Amino acid sequence: MAKVVLPGALRQFSDGAASVEVALGDGATLADVLDGLAAQKPALARRLRDDQGQLRRFVNVYVDGEDARQAGGLAAPVPAGAEVLVLPSVAGG
Amino acid sequence: MTEVLLAVGTNKGLLLARSADRATWQISDLQFPMNGVYAVGIDTRGAVPRLLVSATSEHWGPSVFHSDDLGASWAEPEQGAIAFPEDTGASLARAWQLTPSPSEPGVVWAGAEPSALFRSEDGGEHFSFVRSLWDHPHRPDWGAGFGGQAVHTVLPHPTDPRRVVVAMSTGGVYRSEDAGASWTAANTGIKAYFFPDPWPEFGQCVHKVARDPSVPERMYLQNHHGVYRSDDDGRSWESIADGLPTDFGFAMAAHPRRGDVAYNFPVTADAERIPPDRACRVYRTEDAGKSWTALTSGLPQQGYYGIVLRDALCVDTADPAGVYFGTRNGEVYASADEGDHWSLVAAHLPDVLCVRAAVIG
Repeated sequence: MAKVVLPGALRQFSDGAASVEVALGDGATLADVLDGLAAQKPALARRLRDDQGQLRRFVNVYVDGEDARQAGGLAAPVPAGAEVLVLPSVAGG
Repeated sequence: MTEVLLAVGTNKGLLLARSADRATWQISDLQFPMNGVYAVGIDTRGAVPRLLVSATSEHWGPSVFHSDDLGASWAEPEQGAIAFPEDTGASLARAWQLTPSPSEPGVVWAGAEPSALFRSEDGGEHFSFVRSLWDHPHRPDWGAGFGGQAVHTVLPHPTDPRRVVVAMSTGGVYRSEDAGASWTAANTGIKAYFFPDPWPEFGQCVHKVARDPSVPERMYLQNHHGVYRSDDDGRSWESIADGLPTDFGFAMAAHPRRGDVAYNFPVTADAERIPPDRACRVYRTEDAGKSWTALTSGLPQQGYYGIVLRDALCVDTADPAGVYFGTRNGEVYASADEGDHWSLVAAHLPDVLCVRAAVIG
């Protein structure tokens, strides 16, 4: 399992939950985690990835504290028990 | 008096105002906070009005929501209302236009960024991709205006479901006579001063097109410099800018019943995006653009810097018609007498991106 931890702004799409557990297979990647999230909570998962499955520009994801974009992006490995933290980047006015 | 709903889309959310006299308004709290609301549709074809809202979060992306209880609650499909097919390699940036069809029950058209057209047959809950426009051989050469590359205008013909007109900046006007199966550039007579050849087949920076409901082959068009009318469903265009103080602007709206009547909010120039004479003035034509009259009663006439964006000018269908506009400095004005007199509905809002009004009771 991995625990996807959500910012407050997204909890309206998780029935109020602060995190969602996603089952993992061996060698799981961030893409696998987000696919698993989409199967459970499609309206939530769409807030993280665009129509082509890419991470939205101002969405940051940290796997056990490491910025996923620096660790392969959607191919970033996600070990069993990992915490996948979703945060909005600092943007806009 | 009938009750009117006025929807105000801003770059930080949606406000809904209701009035029984179009003079005093009850205004809702901000809905969809921190979402840019670029398009609103009020579908009055059914037993209850349906609101359609394009809401785009800079962080969490675009959505199209619908409400059948005048905004008390909102819904969207789990998988989203609009998505680009995987083979396009594109993703929805936002919906710029939500237009219920006047001739086909249940049909709603959506104009999208990047430039694409979508069609719903269930009242705007689920949309399908109109591939014929995406596959148009001109598409690789469509540009992106400052606001992005988007189909910002969709004008289904009032009675003939085979005929649809779309417009985009920078790409121009395209028309279909076969229910969207094929599309033809429809920019003859519209100038594109920013090209070496200023009269290209396509590529014009069209800002807004409005169809005259009582003369359906007639349309009024605000270009990136240039104001035009077509009397042949967009096949050709002629200038109607001479009676205006400037030919630049974004917005255009046609009267719901009186043929030849349209409204425009001139902006000084591309390089000077403030109103002429620093005055807040809507211009009205009652002779299809041969002449224009400044409408000023109740509007600030000195030191005014707000302008009206492409979808922030609209009419309702009451009699006399209401006319509404919102500005980039966060004001909304209403007229209950076809533009002769104006009153302030709201001020100090975020930038107003769009307004839509409808009689709801």
